[in-house]
Amino acid sequence: MSKIVDGLLYRESHEWVRVDGNVAIIGVSDFAQSEMGDITYVDMPDVDDEVSAGEDFGALESVKTSSELIAPVSGVVVAVNEELEDKPELINEDAYEAWIIKVEMSDKGELDALLNAAAYAEIAK
Amino acid sequence: MENPLKKTCLHDLHVELGAKMSPFAGYDMPIQYGGIIEEHNAVREAVGVFDVSHMGEIFVSGPGAEAFVNHIFTNDVRGLSDGTILYGMMLYPDGGTVDDLLVYKEFAPDHYLLVVNASNIDKDYTWMLEQAEGFDVCIDNQSDAWGQIAVQGPKAEQAVVDVLGFPEAASLTFYTFCDCERDSRRVILSRTGYTGEDGFEIYACPELIRAWWKALMAAGVAPCGLGCRDTLRFEAGLPLYGDELTAEISPVMAGLGMFCKLDKPEFIGQEALATQKSGGVARKLVGIELSDKAVPRHGYPVELEDGTEVGEVTTGYRSISLDKSICFALVDSAYAALGTPLRVRIRKHTFPGVVVKKRFYQTRYKK
Repeated sequence: MSKIVDGLLYRESHEWVRVDGNVAIIGVSDFAQSEMGDITYVDMPDVDDEVSAGEDFGALESVKTSSELIAPVSGVVVAVNEELEDKPELINEDAYEAWIIKVEMSDKGELDALLNAAAYAEIAK
Repeated sequence: MENPLKKTCLHDLHVELGAKMSPFAGYDMPIQYGGIIEEHNAVREAVGVFDVSHMGEIFVSGPGAEAFVNHIFTNDVRGLSDGTILYGMMLYPDGGTVDDLLVYKEFAPDHYLLVVNASNIDKDYTWMLEQAEGFDVCIDNQSDAWGQIAVQGPKAEQAVVDVLGFPEAASLTFYTFCDCERDSRRVILSRTGYTGEDGFEIYACPELIRAWWKALMAAGVAPCGLGCRDTLRFEAGLPLYGDELTAEISPVMAGLGMFCKLDKPEFIGQEALATQKSGGVARKLVGIELSDKAVPRHGYPVELEDGTEVGEVTTGYRSISLDKSICFALVDSAYAALGTPLRVRIRKHTFPGVVVKKRFYQTRYKK
């Protein structure tokens, strides 16, 4: 049974969002890391890159597969988790601690399209 | 209606161990238990065991057996000593690959065992029957009756001798086998594998295979899934049918010409291969090492500096043993020379790489 954290918003493609004012902190769910297995590389955008809701902003690579990361919201990347460059396995260790990017949102209304923990729990099983 | 997935004789034991199961070649197979990296390293550093019961065992016997096997097989089995094994392919007349396989010369005149890929058992068996006209042979597909485990790694011999009780293992060299007997049942003990390490493949009835699997688990031998089977064989430069060999990819294109004896009197596909060898082939399989951490995957395009597409990746990984991003790729022959700079397109970007030898990892067989 994978872990789902209350208070976060989720996209059905298994990204989570923690809202901090106008900034969306984005990572992937415990279910996603568990399905991927050992993560070996995180393909991340650069700071100042624009991301669009529903479009890929990077990818996770595990030994076996790669999986695109889909932006839950639109905006400008204000930070990337550089720690993941050398330690992608942090996502396996704690998927909710190991955030991937922070995005200054251009339309907070996009958050309404995301799932709450209970709704996501129906998908992540 | 799709056929329901088949189960090997060890299926319930995999589930009990908590393996991640997935369909492969019509079987519900273990992909990983703990994790691919851990299992991969167990085989490189100590010993691991794989359930390879899905593989196909087809026995060929009769007065025409040698001539028949030599007719459908690229390597040369004439005069092969009892207890020796050859690797090679079965080809279509145009040189495309039906399958790659092992041929065992059994301890009886005119008896051979052909071990084929699980995904190709039905196709191969049908192909053999079709080619057998005019040969005095019996072709017996016993794939469902045999289980098989592969015990692989530098400590494989120790495990097979001490845990499974086969002192015979110590005297086998790579690509030889012996017939053993346990509980009046035939056991084939073969010093072969698909990992680049020393190791054994053991064929027996399901009851014995189950008992050995349990004994190996109790002795602390790592259970290994198909996930690391692929990363291990890939690093060792070994092809996988479906990726590096297909009906469209001949052994010459795949760089496996050494297993095709063009000086034999004849075999299916010989003329096509001779033409390919003398006239060259349009594409060749190469190794590419990237200087970035991004991971090349099957089907990703291979490009020149100017963006011209010249091939595609057949298998790629972030290599576990070498900590490099490497791949096999089928590229236009003009760009197949060692040292040629090529780029691999990975999603939105291309990454620089260079053509290297396909055997990325130095294999450690017991010669």
